[in-house]
Amino acid sequence: MTIKLGVPSKGRLMEKTFDWFGARGVTLQRTGSEREYSGAVTGAEGVELVLLSAGEIPRELAAGRIHLGVTGTDLVQDKLPIWEQQVEPLAELGFGHADLIIAVPACWVDVTTLDDLDAAAAAFRARHGFRLRIATKYHRLVREFLREVGVADYQLVDSQGATEGTVKNLTAEAIADITSTGETLRANHLKILSDGLVLKSQATLFRARGAALDPGDRKALDGLRETLGLGG
Amino acid sequence: MPERAAIIEEAQRLRAGFEASGAKVVQTPVLQPAETLLDLYGEDIRGRAYVTADALRGEQMLRPDFTVPVVQMHMDAMKNGAVEPARYTYSGAVFRRQDENPERDSEYLQVGYEVFDRSEPALTEADVFVRIAGALGDLPLRAATGDIGLLKAAVEGLDTTERRKAALRRHIWRPRRFRALLERFAGRSPAPASRAALLAQADPMARMGQHVGLRSETEIAARIAGLREDAETPPLSVAQVDLIEALLAVRETLPHALERLRDIAVDLPWVAHAVDRLAARCEALARRGVDIDGLEFEGSYGRTSMEYYDGFVFGLYAEARPDLPPVATGGRYDALTAALGGGRSIPAVGGVIRPGLVLKLSEGRR
Repeated sequence: MTIKLGVPSKGRLMEKTFDWFGARGVTLQRTGSEREYSGAVTGAEGVELVLLSAGEIPRELAAGRIHLGVTGTDLVQDKLPIWEQQVEPLAELGFGHADLIIAVPACWVDVTTLDDLDAAAAAFRARHGFRLRIATKYHRLVREFLREVGVADYQLVDSQGATEGTVKNLTAEAIADITSTGETLRANHLKILSDGLVLKSQATLFRARGAALDPGDRKALDGLRETLGLGG
Repeated sequence: MPERAAIIEEAQRLRAGFEASGAKVVQTPVLQPAETLLDLYGEDIRGRAYVTADALRGEQMLRPDFTVPVVQMHMDAMKNGAVEPARYTYSGAVFRRQDENPERDSEYLQVGYEVFDRSEPALTEADVFVRIAGALGDLPLRAATGDIGLLKAAVEGLDTTERRKAALRRHIWRPRRFRALLERFAGRSPAPASRAALLAQADPMARMGQHVGLRSETEIAARIAGLREDAETPPLSVAQVDLIEALLAVRETLPHALERLRDIAVDLPWVAHAVDRLAARCEALARRGVDIDGLEFEGSYGRTSMEYYDGFVFGLYAEARPDLPPVATGGRYDALTAALGGGRSIPAVGGVIRPGLVLKLSEGRR
């Protein structure tokens, strides 16, 4: 039998993941044509490579359809409310660093903390008749974070891309997004709130707690963990 | 777990009991416009309710409770000169997301009893409590009670600016933020360093750079003016803040709690009226045969889970099953009628029972 390892199907995340496994003696590679999503594993017995969109890996892990998966902590925590019961982080891979932050227009000189944001949101709602809009694609994480810290009178508006542009385009007043460098924020006249760090994320190898394992699978999993130097 | 058919039967039995006592049976749609609930409860409601949508009507929610649609219905009826007092009962399914508690039901039945009545508040409160508790027969339940009205009154009377009172009032149902504000206004925790730096500048607006977004320069300037005013506002009296915290910490049987609150009201005289209302409620409950010596009172009960309940609040819990949600909850929600009334309002008290839990507990006893 084989265990399934889910890896992001394209881009730097895939390449870096391949490098990380390669450095530990497990070669992952795509097979077939450039467009075909299939792969091969050498250096570990009984492991099958499954190439998936990084955003779908949390769901597949939770369902137990893959045994292992590489994806960002941000995606796991946003998509899986009880993620600690569903997946176990085995290793932080040291790349794909990204912080989920809350940013507001740099011209809001009166707003530097969440406390300010809350007060500004109350005044904004009274003045404009609707709740202050925060554009994001990380709905659950941001909502839970703002509930925890007690920010009210805001609404989340969905933004799947070019989130930094929503403020200038008047479709949001603030944003919650992943930033790795902060340059895009500055270019769009935004600044990060001093206590607005929702989550620090990096690419992580997760194990699905709920995936079925027969004795052969267990042996393959233990073997892979040993090869990777992750106990097992 | 009891069969669904049995739960429906139990729900009908409970509803028939309320109907027999004079309440009118009402129905509400399962799909509720999301906007109303979002306006009331904010974005947090998305974490508790199921949201669905279509291209024409936009976002809808599967009703997370009956209170909001029943209040809307009564407020509409008021426009046409509804008869008062009005009493309603209903039964049906409600839907709650349980992302973090997969063992809890995300769909369950509720039976409710809601009273809209302008007469003596204590009598209405006692009536709702007695009818809800009475419908549960002799199940071994523990009753917890509280009164958000005490905290509201304590805030209203503080010797400080309207701006500070409004900030506290807005966060009554968010205990952590409320406490942080109280500590800050009392000068016991410092304002953020960034705020001091901002106010130290002669013209903070000079450094704003390019303006982007809908929030205008006027709004930013207005907030800075507000911050300046706040920085010059003298701190709240530490004694008063301690008394508010003492009020929230009260946790005794009702008669003892009343004694304790009377002591607090000596030094916070503006809560005396709310304490009188609690005393009148005690008396009304006792007159209806409730053993008030056995009723618990918690100063902060209902602050995290019962937004818009703004006076008397109660919950009935299975004594031997602390893992279960309350079998029944209820309270006063005058503010909700004002929020939905478009200029009208009416004192209102109500409660709901979960027939599924009632059956579960009665089965457990056999």
